[in-house]
Amino acid sequence: MDFKKDAHTHHISQKFNVELDQIRNRLMEMGGMVEQQMDRALRAILHQDTALAEKVVHGDERINRMEVGIEEACTRIIARRQPAASDLRLLITVSKAINDLERIGDEASKIARLSITLGGTSQASPGYDDLKHVGYRVQSMTRQALTAFARLDTDNAMDVARQDNWVDKHYQEALGRLIQHMKSNVDSIDEVMAIIWALRALERIGDHARNLAEDVIYLVKGEYVRHQRVDDWQSCFDETPLTDSVQSKLSPGKQTEN
Amino acid sequence: MSDLKQPPFANIAIDSDEREEEREATVSEPAALKLEAQMLSLHYAETLALDNVNLAIPSNKVTVCIGPSGCGKTTLLRCFNRMNDLIIGCRMTGRILLDGENINNRRVDVVSLRRRVGMVFQKPNPFPMSIYDNVAYGLRIQGTKYRRILDEAVEAALNAAALWNEVKDRLDRPAATLSGGQQQRLMIARAIAIQPEVLLLDEPASALDPISSLKVEELIHELRKKFTIVMVTHNMQQAARVSDFTAFMDQGRLIEFATTDRLFTNPREKKTEDYITGRYS
Repeated sequence: MDFKKDAHTHHISQKFNVELDQIRNRLMEMGGMVEQQMDRALRAILHQDTALAEKVVHGDERINRMEVGIEEACTRIIARRQPAASDLRLLITVSKAINDLERIGDEASKIARLSITLGGTSQASPGYDDLKHVGYRVQSMTRQALTAFARLDTDNAMDVARQDNWVDKHYQEALGRLIQHMKSNVDSIDEVMAIIWALRALERIGDHARNLAEDVIYLVKGEYVRHQRVDDWQSCFDETPLTDSVQSKLSPGKQTEN
Repeated sequence: MSDLKQPPFANIAIDSDEREEEREATVSEPAALKLEAQMLSLHYAETLALDNVNLAIPSNKVTVCIGPSGCGKTTLLRCFNRMNDLIIGCRMTGRILLDGENINNRRVDVVSLRRRVGMVFQKPNPFPMSIYDNVAYGLRIQGTKYRRILDEAVEAALNAAALWNEVKDRLDRPAATLSGGQQQRLMIARAIAIQPEVLLLDEPASALDPISSLKVEELIHELRKKFTIVMVTHNMQQAARVSDFTAFMDQGRLIEFATTDRLFTNPREKKTEDYITGRYS
């Protein structure tokens, strides 16, 4: 059965409702913090704002603490409530999602540190356009993945995964161009390498956003879509899973009844 | 009788990795059917206890029936060895097939049916006799007289019920001297001593402490290599731990039947979801 938005508010145990609600809210709060870190890191590297970059580096600690706190809360609920079905999927999903969010935070602070290294280089340097394009794209992907999480929206989640393909392709192309540039301008190697690292960090953020999107599919549909092409996702939860064919074999009367 | 010389359950080993593989195998290859309820409805006087239940129980697997009190799960279990026959006002329609044969057929002898379909109840009910005699009871009724054969069968059954090591030095003591958990395993030993094909368990661990309960669960898991097991329980975690297939019933109807892995992670029916997650419905 699909996971419904208010599903966790109808338990007989009011306290369980509250616990699950809190977990979701804390995940969203952590998502918001990570989005802010990313936004600042991107602005810092694009506008060479060292002060902003410092803020990002310091802010990472809070995200790490938040991850541990939510993870502990998930473990506690699993131990005490032995959740099943959509409740179990929610907790498993949250526990995976906070891991990806924390990694996005790490990548953001990596970009911030690189922006400090790059301080003083001209924005006309090669690669800045790529940083801008890929950066804005992964930023919107992360936001979209979190929205999909909040609204349990599988269409949005699928869209995030599609955009990740674009990011991967764009990253590869930019890498080729920048390597060519370094070959002909040996003096620029230090600077271009820093930009390549930043691009790579952005590409990784795209991967984490895709993971978040996959988690949304698992939460809502209960099907694993990891390591599958996004075009195959729909068929993944449309087609009858193997377990159902077992069921129909074992319970032929059930179909006629329906 | 020669096969009794070799204790039939001697090679049972506990291996959790193997268990995982078995579970996966359960999903990929549908098992043969052992028991089948077809369009089964049952009334107790005016009350409809089972409402058109269609359920197929696979051979050598553990199938658990869960559902709220009064949903008909125990009634269904009792249908499988005709325990409802003597209840006044009980009317049944539909068919129950054991290996494809209708067990409600006039020609079916209830005694021989119950030899094939054994049952263990919620509360251990040992006979007021020794541990040994409790286990040997069924075999003696069947006419087994030779002490050596009885000895071997009793040891094999107690071994299979994971009780042998605890009682081998006091087989002649009254069964009532055993603890509740031991008594329940003795009941299982008594049921399997006559080598039934199907074992019906009605909340076999509900009166036990968690450790005894786990022992019984472990036992159930091992026993499914020899028997087809159908169990009723109120304890959902227990159902999830012990079974291969789960049937969820509500108000006399079978709401959902699926592999336990599927039913406890991604049920298809809202009623099932609400019940196993503890929601209002």
